[in-house]
Amino acid sequence: MRQIELQRLKREILVYLIKAFYSGNFAENVRLIPYDMRPKGSPVPFRCCIHKERAILRLRTMSGLGLAIEDDNERAELSTYAAQALARTRNAENPLTVLQSACQGCAESFIHVTDLCQNCVAKSCINSCKFGAIKTVRGRAAIDNAKCKKCRMCIKACPYQAIVKTIVPCENACPTGAIAKDSNGLACIDTKKCISCGRCVVACPFGAIHNKSQIIDVLKKIREGKKVIALLAPAMLGQMPCTAGQLHSALKKSGFALVYEVAQGAEITARTEAQDLAERLQSGAAFMTTSCCSAYNELVKKHLPEMRPFVSHTKTPLYYTAEIVRREQPEAVNVFISPCLSKFAEAQQNSNIDHVLTFEEIGALFVALNIEPEELPEENFAHYSAREARGFPLSGGVAKSVQAAWTGDPAAVKPALLNGLNKTTLNELRAYARQGQCPAGNLLEVMCCEGGCAHGPAVLNAERSAAAQIEKYALAAESLRQ
Amino acid sequence: MFVEVEICLGTTCFVLGASALQELQLPEKLRRQTKISYVRCLNVCKNADKFSKAPYARIDGEIVAEISAEKLAQILEQKIKGEKNEAN
Repeated sequence: MRQIELQRLKREILVYLIKAFYSGNFAENVRLIPYDMRPKGSPVPFRCCIHKERAILRLRTMSGLGLAIEDDNERAELSTYAAQALARTRNAENPLTVLQSACQGCAESFIHVTDLCQNCVAKSCINSCKFGAIKTVRGRAAIDNAKCKKCRMCIKACPYQAIVKTIVPCENACPTGAIAKDSNGLACIDTKKCISCGRCVVACPFGAIHNKSQIIDVLKKIREGKKVIALLAPAMLGQMPCTAGQLHSALKKSGFALVYEVAQGAEITARTEAQDLAERLQSGAAFMTTSCCSAYNELVKKHLPEMRPFVSHTKTPLYYTAEIVRREQPEAVNVFISPCLSKFAEAQQNSNIDHVLTFEEIGALFVALNIEPEELPEENFAHYSAREARGFPLSGGVAKSVQAAWTGDPAAVKPALLNGLNKTTLNELRAYARQGQCPAGNLLEVMCCEGGCAHGPAVLNAERSAAAQIEKYALAAESLRQ
Repeated sequence: MFVEVEICLGTTCFVLGASALQELQLPEKLRRQTKISYVRCLNVCKNADKFSKAPYARIDGEIVAEISAEKLAQILEQKIKGEKNEAN
């Protein structure tokens, strides 16, 4: 279950920001956001007092303006930042930013003996410790943190399960060790290690990690009269309680000139990947991994270079779609609508994609503009996407589409799924690369988010209902198989 | 007697938290006496700043703001207990 209160808070700020943008007095109304959200005398739900509530809302608003919260000059008003956001012409390099005032500075991870310790005769914990870190103090086992190496042997040894390891949620969630405490004990992201998977954003119970929004940049271009085109990730078709055609109308109503389904590019990805796999298997390769998850691509680049020979050369569905859109609409501004935060990194490296907006930002846009997709007429997409391409964002969906595009003997493809990247599955990937084989199959679909893109860090809908909606939409279409 | 709960799935409510209420898990004893339905926009959010009090629900005909799983369970418990007392 996601942390609903935090999602709500971040989305509410976005709604205020968008309303401010259309209000005719952008800078001043942005300055007032913390005061509008916590007016005089209002309850203080989260922090010690209304002033700290507002101070933190001010900083959260910075991320909505697309700024790095780390760069905050405390003397600057939000109105100054609003003007800055409106004037900029380039996208931020790194998508994530940490709000250190919200970071609780969780206690560093350590091994702790709880009240459940029975001071038993066996003393398995003491006997299991190779470092002499456990002694009996006042009728209970106690750990000397200076000697403890956190090997967890005592946790396994205790017959009462009385010993626990405390965790720091962001550090625990990060698969690559990119987030850690700085010298003040507050979270800090090492951008050289970060793959922008967004795990920490979802995990932090204080909502200290934000993505830098590009909503203002996109709204500005729409207002300037530029032809702004939405490239709709297939996962978006499960995000609002409406049909695909209604969603299409809603996006048009909110200012996009045209809408392309990225499922269109997914068809090319599926065919290219099937061909790539055929060639590799013919030349004796033991397995190939998919290449459409951008967090995985970043992972291979930064942490897993030994996997590179096994990663398909196929580009992502977004890559192919953006190429088509640029060719058909060369003067337009291309905006990818994304469930995922690592797509910001991908877009940064591809000149055919001008901006990325998350589903949450699109949701906030509909709220701010009073758009009810469910009440709008259906409008079909120019390209009729295939069943498997629509199913891409679910775990197993990419493997299925490669199988559907496969032209050889169907029995030759053995799909395997890596559903969700974490420290354990990262080690599995390491082992596959080292041994040059994957025991589970020869087509390894890698999706960093458990459940697939439909359950990415920036989605709107609950997991099961999103998956059901996407499946229904997929089943309504023709198969890719010829 | 059932308590009638209508959860708004209009855009504002959906985006500001009702999406998660689709997978609501009520305690068994509340679930037996509750009829939950998901409805289109109840049209409460459209004026001024009222969006910030979303998600909304209608419980036995009465609009409730800022509905959450916790708040809903509380209201249901009170209502069901109240009914029992009346019956006695």
